[in-house]
Amino acid sequence: MHQIVARDQLSPNVTRLVVEAPRIAEVRRPGQFVIVRLGEGAERIPLTIADADSAAGTISLIIQGIGASTLDLVGLQPGDAIRDVAGPLGRPTDLIDHGHAVCVGGGVGTAVVYPIAQELHRRGVAVTSIIGGRSREWVILEDELRTAGEVIVCTDDGSYGRHGFVTEALKDLCEAGGIDEIFAVGPVPMMRAVAELTRPYRIRTTVSLNAIMVDGTGMCGGCRVSVDGDTRYACVDGPEFDGHQVDFRVLADRLTTYREFEQQSLARREACLIPGLAQHAEADQGQGAAAASAVGEGVAR
Amino acid sequence: MTEERPKLTPKERMAIDRVAMPEQDPAVRAVNFREVNLGLTQQIAMLEAERCLQCPKPYCIDGCPVSVNIPRFLKLLREGDLPGAADSLLDDNALPCVTGRVCPQETQCEGVCLRAKKGTSVAIGHLERFVADWAMAHPAELIHVRPQPTGRTVAIVGSGPAGLTAAGELVKRGHDVTIFEAFHAAGGVLVYGIPEFRLPKDIVQAEVDRLVADGVKIVPNSIIGKTYTLPELRERFDAIFLAVGAGLPVFMNVPGENLKGVYSANEYLTRVNLMGAWNPDSETPILHGQRVAVVGGGNVAMDSVRTAKRLGAHEAVIVYRRGHDELPARAEEVHHAEQEGIRFDFLVAPVEVLGDDTGWVRALRCVRMELGEPDASGRARPAPVPGSEFEIPCEMVVVAIGTRSNPLLTSTAPDLKVSEYGYIETDETGMTSMDGVFAGGDIVRGAATVILAMGDGKRSAAAMDRWLATGSAAEIEAEAPVPEATTAKV
Repeated sequence: MHQIVARDQLSPNVTRLVVEAPRIAEVRRPGQFVIVRLGEGAERIPLTIADADSAAGTISLIIQGIGASTLDLVGLQPGDAIRDVAGPLGRPTDLIDHGHAVCVGGGVGTAVVYPIAQELHRRGVAVTSIIGGRSREWVILEDELRTAGEVIVCTDDGSYGRHGFVTEALKDLCEAGGIDEIFAVGPVPMMRAVAELTRPYRIRTTVSLNAIMVDGTGMCGGCRVSVDGDTRYACVDGPEFDGHQVDFRVLADRLTTYREFEQQSLARREACLIPGLAQHAEADQGQGAAAASAVGEGVAR
Repeated sequence: MTEERPKLTPKERMAIDRVAMPEQDPAVRAVNFREVNLGLTQQIAMLEAERCLQCPKPYCIDGCPVSVNIPRFLKLLREGDLPGAADSLLDDNALPCVTGRVCPQETQCEGVCLRAKKGTSVAIGHLERFVADWAMAHPAELIHVRPQPTGRTVAIVGSGPAGLTAAGELVKRGHDVTIFEAFHAAGGVLVYGIPEFRLPKDIVQAEVDRLVADGVKIVPNSIIGKTYTLPELRERFDAIFLAVGAGLPVFMNVPGENLKGVYSANEYLTRVNLMGAWNPDSETPILHGQRVAVVGGGNVAMDSVRTAKRLGAHEAVIVYRRGHDELPARAEEVHHAEQEGIRFDFLVAPVEVLGDDTGWVRALRCVRMELGEPDASGRARPAPVPGSEFEIPCEMVVVAIGTRSNPLLTSTAPDLKVSEYGYIETDETGMTSMDGVFAGGDIVRGAATVILAMGDGKRSAAAMDRWLATGSAAEIEAEAPVPEATTAKV
C-alpha cells in the first residue's frame, strides 16, 4: 500500500497527490511514469511522475479527474492509500545539457514538462516555459516552473498572462531564434499544433504521448503509435518521441477507443460525484482539452 | 484410508472404457465464464485409474516435461489412498491443479501411454486434476515437512509457470525465495492469459497461496530492468532465476493494424482476465464486437475467440493459414471451440485490416492459401492463391500469432548474453553468461507451453540448488534427457 502524504488542488479538476513510493522516488528520472491501481478491481492508470523526493521517499502525481477511475484517485485524502504503484516506466527524457530549451505545457501536460524543466535547469540549460489554460484558474505549476527559469503564461480568455494559445507565444520565441530544443506536452491538438509550428524552423521538438496502455512494459501493445511510419510502443519506446515524426491522427483516433465505455462508466458514478466536479470535467475546454477530455483514462498522464 | 479392493486382471482393465469429462453444456457455457470441465467424482476417478497397466517401463513419465511419476500416483489413487496420491503428485509437480487443466496431454503423457496403441490412453490429465483438486481441498491431510533453512537467498524474476515451479522446488530445499513480479498479481500467463473458463483464477491463487504458505515471498509491481536492475539483484541475492516469459506481442505487419478494434491477444486477454473485464461491472474497458476475427491457431487464439463468444459476439471466427490438422492448439480446446459454435476459416491469411471513416475496423481482408511442402517445423508450408482475396466483415480483430522476447530486462544487463532474437542463452544446466544467474521458460526457449516452462523451472531449480551447495551447477550423475521443445504448442 502506498500512503497519500499530501494533496492539493492545482486547478478545478487537477489534483496533486504526494504518494509514498521510496524505491521509485530514488531511481526515477524525468520523463518516466508509473502505473497505479487504486484498489482491488480498479483500472491500471499511467501517470507521469511530476516530481520526487528521494529523502522523503515520495513521488508527486498530478491527475486530471475526468474518467471514473481518475475521479476515484483525485478523491483520495492524506492518510488514504493506493494499493499498487509500479515503475518507474518508460524511457527517461533524452536531455540536452547546454543551450536554450523551451518547455510548453498545455493543461495537465504541464505536469509532464515540469520535471523536464527542473532537470534542464539543474544541468545549466536556459529554460523558458510556456504554459496555458482556459482561464487563470486552469493554469497549474506556474510557481514551480519559475524556479527553473522564465515562465510565459497564456490564457484563452486573457484573464491572466498573455491572451491566446501557447502556440502563439511559442511562435514569437521561434522567430526570435536561439532555441536548441522544445518539449511540448498537452492535449493532442496542442502537440500537433506545436510540431507543425516548429517544423519549418527545424527545431528538435519532443512530445510525450498519452496512449492508452495496460501493463506499461511492452506486453499488451495497446499503446502502439505511429512514428516515422513505424509502429512503436509508447510505454517502452517512449513515451517521448520526435514530434515531427509522430502521426497525431492515429494517436488522437486510438485515444477515442473507449469513449463510449467511459461515458457509461461516468454516468454510473454521477450519483456519487461531488456536485460540480462532473461539470468541471466536461468544461475543461481550454487549450485544446476538448479533444482530450473524451479520450478515456489514457489522457490521465 | 486404503480399502481392500479386488485386484483386476489385465483383461478386466482393458475392458474399462475411458472416462468422459463431464462438462457444461456448450450452449450454456458459450455465454458464461465458468469452467467448462466440471471434474470427476472420486468413484469415476478411481475406476479410470484402474485402466493404468502399471507398465514396468512407463513411457508416460518420460513423456512428462516435469517427470511426474504417473503410475505411482494412479496406483495410490485406485487404492483409495488420496493423501498418498496427492503427496506423490505434489512431490513431482508444484502446480498440478494448473497442469491437470492446461497441459497438452495428448502429445505428452497420454500420447505415449501404452493403452493409446490399442484404443484410448488413460485419462491422465483428468486424474491429475482430480487428485490436485482433492489436495487443495484437504491441506491438513497432506504430509508437510519444513526443510532445514540453508541460509541462501534466491531471487526469481517473473511469477509465471517457470518462476512458480522453481520457487516451489527451491523453497522445498530450504532456500529463502523471493519472486519479483511486474504486474500487481502473481501467476503470469496463468492469470493474464488463460481465461477463467479454462483455468479459474481462484485455482491459480490457491497454488500461489500454497507457495506463500511454504515461505515463498512475492513482491508485486516490481519491473526488473526498471524498478531494480539485474546487477542490483545479483548483489542482493545468492542466485537468480530469470523467468520473465516472452511477453511482447507479434503483430501481422499488415496495413490497418492500428485501427480501433484491433487487439493483440495479450491485450485482449489481459483486459478480460487479469483486469476482470469479463465481469460487466469492471472498471476496465473492453470492446464487444458482434463479429470478431481471431488470427492464429494456437491455444491463445482459441482462448481469445472463445472469450469473444462469451462477451457476446454473434460470429467469432478463427482465421488460420493452415488446415485443421495443423492447428497447434490442444485438441480439447479446438473441440470445445467447435462445440461452442466458433467458426474456423482454414487456409486463410490476412492481408489488410479495413477501416471505416471513423477509424474503426470494418473487415479483415484475406487471401486463400494452399499447403505445399513441409517447412522447418515439419508442417506443410502455406502459400497464397493468387487472385483469391476476399473480406471477412468484422468489428474486431484479435491478433494471436505469437509473442517474442521483451528487452526490458536484458537491455539493462549488459553482461547477460542473448540471442539475435533477444532470448537469453543458457548452458545445459540453465545458467546464463552471468555467474549464479539462471534462466528458463519462454525467455530461453521462445513461446511454448505452461508445462515446458515448468519443466525448465524444475530443472533449473535443481541446478541452482547444486550450484548453491557446491559452486557447480553440473549434474553429478546423468539424468533423463531433456524433452525437446520442437513439438511445443503455443
